[in-house]
Amino acid sequence: MLAYTIRRLLMLVPVLIGMSLITFSIIHLIPGNPAQTILGEQATPQAIAQLEEQLGLNEPYLIQYFDYVGGLLQGDLGQSLRTNADISREIWPFLAATIELTIFAMVFAVIVGVNAGIVSAWKQNSLFDYTAMLIALIGVSMPIFWLGLMQQWIFAQELGWLPAFGRSNPRDPVETVTNFYLIDTLLSGRPDQFWNSFRHLVLPGLALGTIPMAIIARMTRSSMLEVLRSDYIRTVEAKGIHQMTVVYRHGFKNAVIPVLTVVGLQTGTLLGGAILTETIFSWPGIGRYVFDAIGNRDYPVIQSGILVIATMFVFINLIVDLLYSYIDPRIKY
Amino acid sequence: MKKALFLSIAAGTVLTFTACGDNGDTNNTETDNNAAETDNNAAETNNNEAGNEDGEEAAQPAEDQTLIYARGGDSVSLDYASVTDGESSRVTQQIYESLLSFDEDSFEIGPGLAEDWEVEDDGLRYVFQLREGVTFHDGTEFNAEAVKLNFERWADPDHEYHFADEGYAYSVYGTQFGGFEGDDGHVIEEINVLDDHEVEFVLNETLGSFIQNMGMSYFAMTSPAAFEEYGSAINENPVGTGPFQFVSWSKDDSIVLEKYEDYWQEDLPKLDQVIFQVIPDNSARLTSLRSGEIDIMDGLNPDDIDALEGEEGIQMFERATNNIGYLGFNEDKEPFDDPEVRRALNHAIDKEGLISLLYAGMAEPAKNLIPPDYLGYNDDIDPYEYDPELAEQMLDDAGHAGLEIDLWTMPVARPYMPDPERAAEVMQANFADIGVTANIVSMEWATYLEQTEAGEHDLFMLGWSGVNGDPDYFFGNLLHSDAIPGGNRNFYRSDEVDSLLDQAKTSIDEDERVELYEEAQEIIHEDAPMIPLVHSIPVLAGSENVQNYVPHPQTSEPLTEVEISE
Amino acid sequence: MEPTSPSKNSPFPGPEHQEPQTSVPAAASPWKEAFRQLVKNKLAIVGMIIIGFFILIAIFAPLLTTYTYQSMSAADRLQPPSSTHWFGTDDLGRDIFTRIVYGARISLMVGFFAVIGALVFGSLLGIIAGYFGRWIDMIISRIFDIMLAFPSILLAIAIVAILGPSLQNALIAIAIINIPIFGRLVRSKVISIREEEYILAAKAQGMKSGRILFHHVLPNSTAPIIVQATLGFGTAILEAAALGFLGLGAQPPTPEWGRMLSDSRQYIQSAPWTVLFPGLSIMLVVLGFNMIGDGLRDALDPKMKS
Repeated sequence: MLAYTIRRLLMLVPVLIGMSLITFSIIHLIPGNPAQTILGEQATPQAIAQLEEQLGLNEPYLIQYFDYVGGLLQGDLGQSLRTNADISREIWPFLAATIELTIFAMVFAVIVGVNAGIVSAWKQNSLFDYTAMLIALIGVSMPIFWLGLMQQWIFAQELGWLPAFGRSNPRDPVETVTNFYLIDTLLSGRPDQFWNSFRHLVLPGLALGTIPMAIIARMTRSSMLEVLRSDYIRTVEAKGIHQMTVVYRHGFKNAVIPVLTVVGLQTGTLLGGAILTETIFSWPGIGRYVFDAIGNRDYPVIQSGILVIATMFVFINLIVDLLYSYIDPRIKY
Repeated sequence: MKKALFLSIAAGTVLTFTACGDNGDTNNTETDNNAAETDNNAAETNNNEAGNEDGEEAAQPAEDQTLIYARGGDSVSLDYASVTDGESSRVTQQIYESLLSFDEDSFEIGPGLAEDWEVEDDGLRYVFQLREGVTFHDGTEFNAEAVKLNFERWADPDHEYHFADEGYAYSVYGTQFGGFEGDDGHVIEEINVLDDHEVEFVLNETLGSFIQNMGMSYFAMTSPAAFEEYGSAINENPVGTGPFQFVSWSKDDSIVLEKYEDYWQEDLPKLDQVIFQVIPDNSARLTSLRSGEIDIMDGLNPDDIDALEGEEGIQMFERATNNIGYLGFNEDKEPFDDPEVRRALNHAIDKEGLISLLYAGMAEPAKNLIPPDYLGYNDDIDPYEYDPELAEQMLDDAGHAGLEIDLWTMPVARPYMPDPERAAEVMQANFADIGVTANIVSMEWATYLEQTEAGEHDLFMLGWSGVNGDPDYFFGNLLHSDAIPGGNRNFYRSDEVDSLLDQAKTSIDEDERVELYEEAQEIIHEDAPMIPLVHSIPVLAGSENVQNYVPHPQTSEPLTEVEISE
Repeated sequence: MEPTSPSKNSPFPGPEHQEPQTSVPAAASPWKEAFRQLVKNKLAIVGMIIIGFFILIAIFAPLLTTYTYQSMSAADRLQPPSSTHWFGTDDLGRDIFTRIVYGARISLMVGFFAVIGALVFGSLLGIIAGYFGRWIDMIISRIFDIMLAFPSILLAIAIVAILGPSLQNALIAIAIINIPIFGRLVRSKVISIREEEYILAAKAQGMKSGRILFHHVLPNSTAPIIVQATLGFGTAILEAAALGFLGLGAQPPTPEWGRMLSDSRQYIQSAPWTVLFPGLSIMLVVLGFNMIGDGLRDALDPKMKS
């Protein structure tokens, strides 16, 4: 187990180097002079020269790359061109906002998806099964930005049940400590704010969680079907244990690995896919941070934002893979 | 100061019927304050109350004086001098003040942190008398040393608070004062502290816009003690003398300010708290306004105006226009070197059609380069009427019937041009009507700017936004031959216009400047180096409970007088 | 966009059940059997009808409408659906039905070319990596790992940020991000086939690598590729719409569905039809491809039959 973990960590090295190369290249691959691109029509030649200097664009590429990686290793993600602030400091609240949203979406997707999948498999070919699988099929085909817009329109704008944007009520700002609002509001002893933050999570969380929910439901169903058909379950059933208990206790235990795979993959993808949901619901997360940076031509933020998301994705997958070997030691590598 | 020259966009621009603050009242307050420091404050308060009683409905101040101002994007930095975006100055105008200030709805200049000023030596020396008893939010006193330090910080690249290594650049200072210390064109020779509350600026050349510049939010006063404490982190820890002090900033989300209790204007500000909330989506912003989550929203979609008109509890505000969107010719290329061709094409564009399709009516057709409320705006200019037949005829007479041209359009939306691609399509259709084939050319933004500067284009779309209400910022940058290569992408060269602009730039006599600019505009109109398209008009909406809110053409305004009623 | 099937692998060679469970049935005439299975699948038939319908309207777009997709009219702005404008008009007074119909061309074209591009380059790299193994495999696999380490939509956004926003660049970006998905799939198939007896026999007879690859290895990898490609059409269309929605794909006046959505979102309250129809169109097309893909998978993979 330990040897495997170490081997997997070592395999990360070339991946991380490759990722840093790609993000480093972004600024050099854009056409035109990056400094002019960034500054726009009212820029003076002096300002352009100054920015070139600041970005180190006059150095040879190799030196620039080593400077870049050297900075990364010391936790320096560079400086935002727009705000002049250190990205490593500025990025946390955005990252926390996205993580909170992603976890919420994932919890929703797992609870609904797994249960729907299990029941569908158990009651195979029933009306419930057909309905659930049709919904799941539509779910995986759904453009989430459209789903989000529709939810916002119906539940926020027309019915007024849930807030249309943001993480909290602007009139009553949350006192931030961790930047996870559900935690911060409890820390400051404000259950009303907790409830309010929760309400803000619902619409974007549902929009973001829909596709993983559908995928999890489909995967759970098919792996459950295999398990249910196995002799092992039939034996247990023959012993007369209550059916529901059998399905949930024994069946799910064996279906957990494929589900775990989906959960891991989807959590990582959600981190990137959140960009769409965050745009629609004005959620101040990392997706919007990067997307706004594209609009503002703030290349250091684009580079570092993408790198941070990709790094998280890589480590989540690592953890998922390590969990496999923990849950099912039979898997040999 | 010639007030008449500044088209006053006052409370009349408030589109709807609401108990919006009595304008005369607020003016009085200002005059009182300006007149004398020792003026009885009680009288001022009485004055306000009287004003309210006179109103049709006596608006009672609400218990909770918190104003939520929703906008599309976040501030870049709270160090106003090092950034140029409107969202930054929207906030810093609450925290900081400049030596002089603009009138609430125009660029008419008046006292600010300086109570009074004198122009000496024919405009080569300015002496400012600073207000006494003004303190920064950190409790330190505002004085002449603070003025000197702030200006030297921007001018001197070696100044300890210039922060060049941290990426700070003061581009507006450079443009407005002709560069930085050591540059040839830099006009501020030295700044002398005469006594604690008297400071002198010595120039090496006269500058017509000097006094206007002093009112700009880019040249506001930061606490010297705060520089010492925060260093280059001053951009996130603003300390000024303004009506509100900084509380917190959560990026891309909200900036919270609270009332500065020791503000030098007694009984002001009226609000206890101001929160600038970012809501990027127009429709979500409007939903929040309707549900009462926010009080004022910027960037109202013109299409929503009809729906909001007459809606209970909502009022709308128009901001006076302060920009130009234009279609320029490259005079270095045939046949655009022929003024007759340029004039013909001027007749081809249907500006009203453009405005109704792309601006939902919220723009004025342009006939001059500068916006209408600018000093020296020549309203006697007779615009080139939209007349396709005449245009076709003129083009034919000039021997260029059936011309084929490249129409360059920028790839990004700008304040003066919300959808350039669509605008290009509309103009393409206009040109087709007179038998001119226009091929739309688009490219990456930076490349676009570089190539138009290099003169690769035939016709190009671009625009410009004002910063201090001074016409030179438009003329000098866009039509002076010194701006080739540079902002003058028309490659327009007129010795006559150059000399008029030079005189106007250095003149400090406003009447003289007006005459010079008016004359220049006549020549420019005749030469037609561009087709002036539109001056766009931003619209805002707010809750009916917001009192005394007057939008300023500068894209933002201090909320000192604003109040929430029940 | 999120993958529509879990076959988008983790950046690492994971446990075997992540690979799509597809293989050619050993029985004689496997394709005929598969086709028989496919037409028995009702959902797959529905999917084929949906896609067939969209292909038809894309081809005959000019015959279906009297408007052009770019003609503007200030007088007809934001009209609700009616007999003259079946799906209403947008903020520039353009007929939405017309734009949807022409938009079908854009979406189908992007889906097709992006998948073909990814398929060709991915298969090529996958075959090379799988067949030659050793350091070539090592390098290609690591490149795939790195590309898959980025969430796909983010990588696409980064590519478009570099190339500049346009429909063509969005297509290129989508093709690029899908290369490793096909590459890995093909590589694993090639590795499993490589050691089969008939290949070893062919090698022993002195057959050239290229010939072996194209005559034996490739044909035996087609089943999973077809399934992945069908599902890939849907994913690619979703990804293109997402880029369009973010303003990084098709540029105006191109009637791309995602772009239509984002251009109209501010009218969602006053004119919901401007947002409703483009979104529905995206969903239907993607649904169609997913239904066919699911059916194909069931038909080509006996293990998955239920």
